[in-house]
Amino acid sequence: MPSADRLARLFLLPLGLFVLAFFLLPMARLVAVAGSGPNGLGEYLVLVTSPRHFSTLIATLVLSATATLATLAIGVVVALFLGRTRFPGQNILIAMLTLPLAFPGVVVGFMIILLAGRQGLIGGWTQALGMGRLVFAYSMAGLFAGYVYFSLPRVMVTLLAAVEKLDPALEEAARSLGASRVQVLRDVILPGIAPSLMASGAIAFATAMGAFGTAFTLATRIDVLAMTIYTEFTLNANIASAAALSIALGLITWLVLAATRNLAGDRVAAAG
Amino acid sequence: MKRSPLVFALQLVITLLATAFLVVPAGTSILAGVTVNYFQGVRSGLTLEWVAQVWGLYAPTIFRSIALALGTLVVTLALGVPSAWALARKPGRMSRLVEEVVTLPVAIPGLALALALIIAYGGIREFRASILFILVGHVLYTLPFMLRSVMAVLAAVDVRTLEEGAASLGATPWQRFIQVVVPNARGGIIAGSLMVVTLSIGEFNLTWMLHTPLTQTLPVGLADSYASMRLEIASAYTLVFFIMIVPLLVAIQLLGGERRAAKR
Repeated sequence: MPSADRLARLFLLPLGLFVLAFFLLPMARLVAVAGSGPNGLGEYLVLVTSPRHFSTLIATLVLSATATLATLAIGVVVALFLGRTRFPGQNILIAMLTLPLAFPGVVVGFMIILLAGRQGLIGGWTQALGMGRLVFAYSMAGLFAGYVYFSLPRVMVTLLAAVEKLDPALEEAARSLGASRVQVLRDVILPGIAPSLMASGAIAFATAMGAFGTAFTLATRIDVLAMTIYTEFTLNANIASAAALSIALGLITWLVLAATRNLAGDRVAAAG
Repeated sequence: MKRSPLVFALQLVITLLATAFLVVPAGTSILAGVTVNYFQGVRSGLTLEWVAQVWGLYAPTIFRSIALALGTLVVTLALGVPSAWALARKPGRMSRLVEEVVTLPVAIPGLALALALIIAYGGIREFRASILFILVGHVLYTLPFMLRSVMAVLAAVDVRTLEEGAASLGATPWQRFIQVVVPNARGGIIAGSLMVVTLSIGEFNLTWMLHTPLTQTLPVGLADSYASMRLEIASAYTLVFFIMIVPLLVAIQLLGGERRAAKR
């Protein structure tokens, strides 16, 4: 079908031009700008040479990793429960758990403020219990809660699908051979859903690394990479630094995703 | 398999806590948006005054977001559907590479993407000041979802055989695309469209960097209201956002459920 080939080429042309003009070219410019500041190519190393930026990088990595682990832990328990049990109202519960899937980071930040902010629910409860007002929205703890809030529905959807695909016969076989509950979980269930764990964990981690909206809503003082890039660009007008940090951030998230890409599950919406 | 009641109870409690964690703030926000005074609680009465104020303050950002989402949809359809067919009919290293590059913007933080666009095109004033600047960002970010959604369906229905059939009856390539490929890919096109519109309406990371005072969108307005308005107005605005996004989300879930059912 030679003319169909020609049509296909014709179809790919606009896509190619768009990606070239608005993605590849700007990205190349970003790389060039990052190396054209007063520090020259040294700007690329600013992330590790500047103690301030380095500690921000470490804080961002630790925060993203712990939020990811917490999300996965909760996600596994909830997915195992919902995937194994049948009860009335289950679909409504699943719908409620997956509803925040479309909340952008700013809205998630607002949810955390309502939960743990100055007039938040948690503060009201702790005050009623005579423990003083507990307010943690505008700190790393708030951001941690925000990232868990953001990722939990996405992780849940993936893990639930994985749990439902697990063959219950394997588990029964393990049990009949005398495996304990913990052994079944460790040797049968977790390996069975490992690809989904890896894939959804990678996405949760990458999103947390680059998430800007939540941090922006909660406070401008939280030192995470996304906020640093933003302040370097808008307040300090330090475009070279902002560009270098963006490239570093992009590389980290891309590497994490690429490392787990073959395990699929990447159709879940990432950022927002 | 029988579970111990203790494990069962623990799982149930964690599940309910997780659900409460996700749903209670959203419920609070909805309630706060229609409460006369949040500090006094519902006792102070219910009102639509805050929603009206949001409408007065932010109606333009809401309409702009809808227009932007529809514009993004049109462009992703025009770019994505034909390319999905072109890539799906010749699966190979080349088409993997193209798909990979097109999908890359999803993996790159919105801030980096926005910064790159500003550095490359920020100097072209007319473009920078227009809504098209944000449109480009949204298309970059949503295009992969359209492309993959359509490619997945085309791979599933074996469109090649259908096409060969049509070709043997004398249909030209263009006729085959319009009359065979597009109708068969309908499910993927609809799923991709819902995804594109949902993502575009909620997109903040890119939009915050790309917007100008004259091109604010709904999420930009949300951030603004969270920072500067009373809690009731911020909540009412969030309520407006929920009203826009929840039907889209329900549609996506229903469509997903239908597909899962069809697979079984």
